[in-house]
Amino acid sequence: MKRAGFSTRWLPILLLLPQLSIILIFFYWPAAHAVKSSFYLQDPFGFGETFVGMKNYTSLLKSSAYLRSAQFTVIFTLLVTILSLSLALLLAVKADKVIKGAKAYRTLLMWVYAVAPPVAGVIGLVLFDQTWGPLKDFFGLFGWDFRLGVNYFDTAFAMVVVSVWKQLPVNFIFFLSGLQSIPKSVREAALIDNRSASGRFWDVTFPLLAPTAFFLLIINITYALFDTFGIIDTVVKGEPSNNPMTLVYRVYVDGFRGNDLGGSSAQSVVLMVLVLALTVFQFRMVERRIHYT
Amino acid sequence: MAQVTLNALRKVYPNGFEAVKPASFTIEEGEFVVLVGPSGCGKSTMLRMIAGLEEITEGDLHIGDRVVNTVDPADRDIAMVFQNYALYPHMTVRKNIGYGLKNRKIAKDVINQKVEEAANLLNLNDYLDRKPSQLSGGQRQRVAMGRAIVRDPSLFLFDEPLSNLDAKLRNQMRIEIKALQRRLGVTSVYVTHDQVEAMTMADRIIVMNGGEIEQIGTPSEVYHSPASTFVASFMGAPPMNLLDVSRENGAVMVGGQQVAEFTGSGSVTLGVRPEDILPDANGSFEINVTLIEELGAHRILHAVWAGQPIMISVTKDVAAETGPLRVAIKPDALKYFDPQTGRRL
Repeated sequence: MKRAGFSTRWLPILLLLPQLSIILIFFYWPAAHAVKSSFYLQDPFGFGETFVGMKNYTSLLKSSAYLRSAQFTVIFTLLVTILSLSLALLLAVKADKVIKGAKAYRTLLMWVYAVAPPVAGVIGLVLFDQTWGPLKDFFGLFGWDFRLGVNYFDTAFAMVVVSVWKQLPVNFIFFLSGLQSIPKSVREAALIDNRSASGRFWDVTFPLLAPTAFFLLIINITYALFDTFGIIDTVVKGEPSNNPMTLVYRVYVDGFRGNDLGGSSAQSVVLMVLVLALTVFQFRMVERRIHYT
Repeated sequence: MAQVTLNALRKVYPNGFEAVKPASFTIEEGEFVVLVGPSGCGKSTMLRMIAGLEEITEGDLHIGDRVVNTVDPADRDIAMVFQNYALYPHMTVRKNIGYGLKNRKIAKDVINQKVEEAANLLNLNDYLDRKPSQLSGGQRQRVAMGRAIVRDPSLFLFDEPLSNLDAKLRNQMRIEIKALQRRLGVTSVYVTHDQVEAMTMADRIIVMNGGEIEQIGTPSEVYHSPASTFVASFMGAPPMNLLDVSRENGAVMVGGQQVAEFTGSGSVTLGVRPEDILPDANGSFEINVTLIEELGAHRILHAVWAGQPIMISVTKDVAAETGPLRVAIKPDALKYFDPQTGRRL
């Protein structure tokens, strides 16, 4: 293959500079700063800092609130990822089979994608609201005294539901286009080879969707860990107290509400390492089983 | 092995388009039938109705002694080879071939044995553990064939299986498929738009046009005795010459000269195959050759006869040059068609 090249050396560097500088300023510099701060104890009013070594880290592991958040984050991420992926797959498979009014269905299912996370949080809040939320009344019919922001489980429930709802359209779009890129004749060949619809799905359709599913798995874990910040913030309304929160939200709460910049930095470093490990694991373990066409 | 009977089979799409007009014919046990016609003529739709991939609007379809109109494709005891092979890209060749058997709850060692046998037959032994993406076009085509063979179906369906191959490979696979079908003796329906494939492979050809069957017959019947001007011009390369001529009291006239005798008066379409017009110094007719196509074994002379273009095919031994040429026409080679309906008279 013939490769197009630049005649001068400085031109490609110049063209990359804007992107590189943004990454440096907004990602590497703060990340480096966070690593550094995690070894210091900051004065709450900004009058200097003291080197404390690993103390920020060790106190994290001793904090029951932190461990509780960690536990919640694991469960929350698993639930949001699994639910939003499986529901979106189900919807995509069904929508793919619709012939009449297919476009209307698809548009409606993608609709929510255009809603910003905090707005989704607000809409969720309205639905679950204590005084005039329709869902609260609905749950009441079954004898469930739903208390958002008061009951730990109820609040967590609302967070999961709103987060899954917000993420569904993205997954739906990808799954639907993945389904539609499977050659029609391959599905027809399967129709002749296998009389069971579920057998055809798991033997032929799903393996061919696997590259899409793997991509979405990573996107969704990242979403559940980080991008749900806006939803959680809206649900919790800045009153963390006894409410569930993810590790990312705790970084913010402890750092900017609690003014514990050192501890908060240590938390973000731990999070960074965790996500790095998770991503490596996914690519090593899961991706090997995927067939790319 | 089974007899296949179509009884007024019809396909109308929801938008009202009638893709296949009511069609009835019977395919005998072990027969190789080719459905041929231009694209959009309904031949693929017909095949897909037989396969069960397309719903039948009206009529009955029998495979063997069953009416299979509403039977699932997997239960029709058929095997189909698709135009783009339709192999499962994530499965090895071995799994691709064995997948249909696996779903019929056949024992693993039996499947393995059958897959090995099919691979032997198709020279695929060295490729059993490869994925389709690592195979050439011809090899993929063989895997698709293998997938069909191992099922021991009572009916093979082929949907333009060779059109994705290059010309040389196509000729080779054409012979392989034909030989394989002969050996296995399985009833087969083969769809193609290539009249050469139809002529060389078929026991019987069904020529379709605009959702309608134009003619059913052996390759020889279809070629030498076309039922309509459509069949005459579709089958054969170069196609049959079709001339608009007049009749006066049973005399067929071209350019004021009597060519033959045919009852009746009025205009008529005269058909004559290019190889049935012979250069002859004592011939009764004169044509004007304008262009010569050299094909090695023979030549095609493009000419004008009484203002109408015609083609004649001569062997390589006949000297040819542009300009006036005297020709004779084999007397029994002339066919007559109705100029309005195109049907044979």
